[in-house]
Amino acid sequence: MSVTLSRAEPSIAGVGDYVALLKPRVMSLVVFTAFVGLLIAPGHLHPVIAFTALLCIAVGAGAAGALNMWYDADIDARMTRTEERPIPAGRVAPGEALAFGVTLAVFAVVVLGLLVNVVAAALLALTIAFYVFVYTMWLKRSTPQNIVIGGAAGALPPVIGWAAATGGIAIEPVLLFLIIFFWTPPHFWALSLYRTEDYARAGVPMLPVVAGEAETRRQILLYTLVLAPLGAAPWFLGYTGPLYGAVAVAAGAVIVALALRVRGERNGHAASKRMFAFSILYLFLLFATLLVDRVAGGLSGHFAA
Amino acid sequence: MTMSLSMNDEKPETGIKLTEQQLRVRRARSIAIAVSLGVLVILFYIVTLVKGPGVLNRPL
Repeated sequence: MSVTLSRAEPSIAGVGDYVALLKPRVMSLVVFTAFVGLLIAPGHLHPVIAFTALLCIAVGAGAAGALNMWYDADIDARMTRTEERPIPAGRVAPGEALAFGVTLAVFAVVVLGLLVNVVAAALLALTIAFYVFVYTMWLKRSTPQNIVIGGAAGALPPVIGWAAATGGIAIEPVLLFLIIFFWTPPHFWALSLYRTEDYARAGVPMLPVVAGEAETRRQILLYTLVLAPLGAAPWFLGYTGPLYGAVAVAAGAVIVALALRVRGERNGHAASKRMFAFSILYLFLLFATLLVDRVAGGLSGHFAA
Repeated sequence: MTMSLSMNDEKPETGIKLTEQQLRVRRARSIAIAVSLGVLVILFYIVTLVKGPGVLNRPL
């Protein structure tokens, strides 16, 4: 009589695979927008506490990314863009990714609550939960509005940064939230226009798969027409100086022009690719200029005093 | 089925024999975990100095 015990294969996951689970590119955008939210907030935050807040936000965002990859491994395996991710490629076991994500999420929220403040920690927990439960598990597979509503999770980091600095929420971070919220759909729909087959094969009901290219192009334009004035709103409302206003108006004009080209495109996806690429630059420009505006304003205020 | 083992019999080798690659990545993972825990300890130490001894005693 012989008994064969089945054992789990020893892990071949390297450190790089675990880093890939954190979605470092998404994480860098999250950290950048949170940093801007933190820096434009009134008052003074000790640099060590600010660093701790950003570290926790980065780890929390990474944890949400890992949990997303754990849940979406079946979809990722069917899409060219994602088939080489650690789980579908077989380098990380799903259970390992789940444990990794849950551990980091708990650590990030608890450390942020203990060392910075409870409001920021609650917002981080909300962001992770929204991304994992509402976007990943519910909306992504069920509605073409997935990235519209799910985009709220990606829009929250500047609010968390502000809350880390002040212990509360105000109009300014809500404006930043709205900018990212309305930026997300045209950004992802521009990408999905030239990845339609990928999404269709994976069974993800992205807008071009469900409603067709023409409707997606129309929606991109509509959201961009809301986004451009929203991008300039911090200046209209007097929260920033003329430098931010000039950049936001100019970048807004460019992104609307690109959305019009996407709307008018009949063959190929050259305009969609340009729209996708510029949308990243657009958000970066706005937030970087906010930083410059704040630092320059702070310096001029310092010298005036 | 009969089973007879004397003191001189060699026990069959049990457990998993890791390959060179598995040993290498396991060592790298262990180092990464150690570094992360070290950073966490240092972070708590520095924040305790920054915020003072009442770091855990504050209003919600």
